[in-house]
Amino acid sequence: MTAVIPSEATPGTDDRAAGSGRRRPRAPRRSGLSFRTRGEIALFTGPALIVYIGFVFVPIALAAYYGFFTWNGVGAPTKFVGADNYIRAFTDPNFLKAIQHNAFYVIASLVVQGPLALLVALLINRRIRLRGMFRLLLFAPYVLSEAVAGVAWRLLLPPGGAINAILGGLGLDSWKHDWLGDPSVTNWTVLVLISWKYLGFAVVLFLAGMQSIPDELSEAASIDGAGYWQTQLRITIPLLGPTIRIWAFLSIIGSMQLFDLPYILNGGRPATGNQTMATYMMLYGQERHMYGFGSAVAVILFVLSLAVALVYQRLVLRRDTEGALTRGVF
Amino acid sequence: MADRRPGIEIRTRRGAKVVASRRAKRLTDRGERNPLVYLVAVATAALTAAPVIYVMLGGFRSNQQINTDPTGLPNPWKPSNYLKVFADPVFWNESKNSLVIAVGATVGVCLLGVMVAFVLARYSFKGRGALYAVFAAGLMFPLTVAALPLYLLLGQIGLAGNPLSIILPQIGFQLPMTVVILVPFLRAIPAELEEASIIDGTTRIGFFWRILLPLSVPGLVTVGVLGFIASWNAYLLPMLLLNRTAEYTLPLGVAHYATEHSTDTAMVLAFTSICMLPALIFFTILQKRIVGGLTGAVKG
Repeated sequence: MTAVIPSEATPGTDDRAAGSGRRRPRAPRRSGLSFRTRGEIALFTGPALIVYIGFVFVPIALAAYYGFFTWNGVGAPTKFVGADNYIRAFTDPNFLKAIQHNAFYVIASLVVQGPLALLVALLINRRIRLRGMFRLLLFAPYVLSEAVAGVAWRLLLPPGGAINAILGGLGLDSWKHDWLGDPSVTNWTVLVLISWKYLGFAVVLFLAGMQSIPDELSEAASIDGAGYWQTQLRITIPLLGPTIRIWAFLSIIGSMQLFDLPYILNGGRPATGNQTMATYMMLYGQERHMYGFGSAVAVILFVLSLAVALVYQRLVLRRDTEGALTRGVF
Repeated sequence: MADRRPGIEIRTRRGAKVVASRRAKRLTDRGERNPLVYLVAVATAALTAAPVIYVMLGGFRSNQQINTDPTGLPNPWKPSNYLKVFADPVFWNESKNSLVIAVGATVGVCLLGVMVAFVLARYSFKGRGALYAVFAAGLMFPLTVAALPLYLLLGQIGLAGNPLSIILPQIGFQLPMTVVILVPFLRAIPAELEEASIIDGTTRIGFFWRILLPLSVPGLVTVGVLGFIASWNAYLLPMLLLNRTAEYTLPLGVAHYATEHSTDTAMVLAFTSICMLPALIFFTILQKRIVGGLTGAVKG
């Protein structure tokens, strides 16, 4: 994920390339690759490149193109409007609110899930009984479809549903809310649900990262007299840095593109208080057939995600290729 | 300082290890007996699992039971909701659609991914770094952005409603992750094997089919599991492109069912929990692989 570009030529590869062109001894060497090797490369990468370009690059490029038109999806887009769609999006208070909601999910997910997942991972990483079962239970929500999980929560969260009944049973009547209908709390509902759904992912990722930290380091620390928590704080967590940073990256990107859960829970409309950029895009793009405007919103979503990703990669992930210790571990 | 590190004085690595690991074991043993550790683990696991368990138990209740007490246990237990779902051809049709799409996308992404990863890992040519970068960059391209154009494009060429309209974009968007995980995996297969097979007279393609592919099965299982889960759970693209109920996948079907039968809570609970089962069973069987795959992705 740190996008390490493969190091140069494994020794002997060139010899083999020349060897495979044995029948045409003059051809390869100087021009680099034999005809046959080129053919192999094309044969092996061709299908993937066709699918990748055709279904990833072309649609994204089309979104950028459509974004400059007013278009209802019928016929070819002809009504060129320049940057109007973009101006319109950025002057629509609902869209600005949607961006704010995404920003809220980005930051709150990091703040809530990060420390919690780290704590749980540290605890489970000890040799406790039934570790596999705990891991399984924690990870279960992650493998459920967002749509299925959303439907399940929709049944738990209405005013007369199980969650309010439990709160009432605990004597917390003042905590009862219309979790999906009251626009002032729906944001928090979504936050709790994404934390529920993705906490296990963070935990498993951290556990995986902890497994690649050599035992010798904490052994050495304990020999030097460090206590358990001191070892975790000074050795495990710093060495887990790269994993934490990659998790944060995935979490940020995921929060920026959040669609399924708010959409399933209560439609993700302006009035529901948890509209995101993606549900906004679908509202205009698909339901109101404003494909030009919807595409412009998609482009904004794309550019924002890309910008965040690049800045993050430059400022944060870059460290991972610098620290001598981390280079040893990863 | 030196006298506090007996293991190192011995100078042999084995000796040091023995001393050190005995210490470490004592350290972890202390964790094992600490009730607080179990308390936190049980509490967290209970919180994450509770909604799933509630939905599953709720399916065994009647609407009347649910309305009088939303949090009670089934009393009496009513298997009829579940039996009704299992007898419903709509459910089986949606399962079939989900399976066709998920298997298609998984096989596709594994096959195309391993071919590209083979070239990236074991050929050297100009532009290899660029090719890798093109695929790695795809990690930052969200499907959400491409959804509307894909909907228009695939609708225009008459693919809407066809499983391929979901499978092909899913392959495309899953390729970056697959390639990034597989390249280091294939690179780690010793070059001696390739040399030996060339000496024995196979071509590189023969090497790929007969030696590399069988050896990369563990890596393929990992990316396959990740791809399968992503495809099985997909909602946005199927929602756009599969418009007839006969074409629905399970996530679409659940959402549709919940809206259609909004008054029959118990049935919706039963339907929902059955739809959770395949993912949960699949994950239980393959959880080691998934965790392994994530480790690979972290190291990537």
